Amino acid sequence: MRFRLTEDQRALRDGVRGLLTRRFDREALWAAVAAPGLDRVLWRELGAAGFFALRLPEADGGVGLGLPEAVLAFEEAGRVLLPGPLVATHLAAGAVPGAATGETVVAAVDGGLVEWLAEADVVRGEAAGAVPLRSVDPLTPLHRVAAVGSPDSVAVLLTAAEQLGTATRACELAVQHARTREQFGQPIGAFQAVKHLCAEMLVRAETARAAVYAAAVTTDPVDIAAARLLADEAAVHGTRDCLQVHGGMGFTWESEVHLHLKRAWVRSQRGSANTESEEILAADLAG
Amino acid sequence: MDLAYSPEEEEFRARLREWLAKALPTLPPKPSPDDWPGRRAYDLGWQRMLHDAGYAGLHWPVDAGGQGATPTRQLIFLEETENAGAPYVGANFVGLLHAGPTIAAEGTPGQRARWLPPVLRGEEVWCQGFSEPDAGSDLAALRTRACRDGDDYVVTGSKIWTSHAEVADWCELLVRTDPDAPKHRGITWLALPMDAPGITVRPLRTLAGSAEFAEVFLDEVRVPVANRVGDENDGWRVTMVTLSFERGTAFVGEVVACRRVLGELARTARENGRWDDPVLRRRLGRLNAEFRALWRLTQWNVSEAEASGGVPGVGGSVFKLRYSHARQELYDAAADVLGPDCLDLDREWTLDRLSSLSYTIAAGTSQIQRNIVAERILGLPKGR
Repeated sequence: MRFRLTEDQRALRDGVRGLLTRRFDREALWAAVAAPGLDRVLWRELGAAGFFALRLPEADGGVGLGLPEAVLAFEEAGRVLLPGPLVATHLAAGAVPGAATGETVVAAVDGGLVEWLAEADVVRGEAAGAVPLRSVDPLTPLHRVAAVGSPDSVAVLLTAAEQLGTATRACELAVQHARTREQFGQPIGAFQAVKHLCAEMLVRAETARAAVYAAAVTTDPVDIAAARLLADEAAVHGTRDCLQVHGGMGFTWESEVHLHLKRAWVRSQRGSANTESEEILAADLAG
Repeated sequence: MDLAYSPEEEEFRARLREWLAKALPTLPPKPSPDDWPGRRAYDLGWQRMLHDAGYAGLHWPVDAGGQGATPTRQLIFLEETENAGAPYVGANFVGLLHAGPTIAAEGTPGQRARWLPPVLRGEEVWCQGFSEPDAGSDLAALRTRACRDGDDYVVTGSKIWTSHAEVADWCELLVRTDPDAPKHRGITWLALPMDAPGITVRPLRTLAGSAEFAEVFLDEVRVPVANRVGDENDGWRVTMVTLSFERGTAFVGEVVACRRVLGELARTARENGRWDDPVLRRRLGRLNAEFRALWRLTQWNVSEAEASGGVPGVGGSVFKLRYSHARQELYDAAADVLGPDCLDLDREWTLDRLSSLSYTIAAGTSQIQRNIVAERILGLPKGR
């Protein structure tokens, strides 16, 4: 049993992180907030790097890697708040021409919503009569549709991977702030009340990590349901606590904390309802 | 990244399973919880069986008489023994998991030869004299005094939370040998023979009604200097070395047991109709996610330990924080399944619910664990 990242997997993760650090840094993030719209150049770069074709067999022009590698890539995307219909386009690789290379932007109906409908070249699922929402997340335009769509288990897992990235990033941001922000003559991170918030963020993120990575290995629907619940919890609860650690600054627009929280909220609406994941896990006990 | 076991590991599992199927039916009846001599004999008997079958000291180094097994094999051993309903480590706990490994790491050849084989063979029981009434989370504040007098230390003080003290042969004892040194630097590790004059053991009744612990009072007890492991005043380091023997496997059996209990909860809920309540059902579903993740986290920590040559990763405190809380949630959910019967002490889960209350306190409270995670893993500053 070697339930840890291989050298190749570490290299892949570091490679994706390097690419995203170069191409979607903090400046790019705020530029995207100021001028909403999908960066097609970046999208094609992601395609060229194999982000969408990662799991496509090499014979079909893909990278030929598996779900664990895709999970690592999506975790990195989640960390930096990379915008766009990443999961839908990744799932369309091989099925929709141009999706694998990033030439085609693919959106999908998921959970009564379509993300990035207006920017997409192709929409999968029944999106007729879609009504735009004023999206809570400035980096995810949303349309409301009547159809719920049938949740794809890989989509659920890749979303969990993004949530994991967010949970990890939220913990890092909280720790960075707690180490530097001083009150009462010391860094606020020296106060146990703040320390314990940060520790719990890490505990939730690392528990979710074990569940998400294991589900990527087994692809068992019950494992995926568990990964989803724990990753949603780690991301939503973690970004909330991150905001709390930031105090008043966390409530401002200029702090990036709210962007992480809002994205975590958007992702937690994907797939079927949380209660359905809980029912899958309950039914497993009854079996 | 995989979750598959190697052919050698699978063979180890198969052989162990086969042995357990033959060995367990030959065990004597389990003694009652209040029968301490009976419990000692039962636990030592089981250890003897493990020894004769070649499973004693699985995680101990080979040169200490152990098997030098990898963390993954330990995981398999603990998983299989729990699944088969084998006895717990019980009275052998301190000997096998703390005092023994300490002596193996820090003892002289003579000390190793004297104390280690009887632990592996199931002949001697050790208990632990660390905590004191005024030294709990702040263990290094311990005050039990040891003064040198010729070839002996003369020890006076009191210890608390000592399991199996009534039936132990030896106690791994932390004493203060230099009251003027900074608190971590004046502590010494001694092997205290429990039949020495001046020792009084008083059972300590827990909120579950049973006497699982004892207080140990020491009144000018003479301990030979030869019983000191490590140097005088170096006992804190000696003790911490052993804590690193914990390689992510501390709670393997318990997580396996919790997953079994969760299945039993679901069965009971279906029988008594509680399963029709979606709130309860989903709560059990959440717990399924929780314990599945804890099992994966265990496998992760074990894999990390294996890759680093047995050095524990940072996962221990993370795991303990999550697990101790999950265990309490599990038995709170059990109470929800049982309804009014959750107040019946003759129900197994009622006592388990009570004992689960100790999990966020024992072996480092959750508050202390959060400090450890925040300071040692996240690098937040120590408070002042």
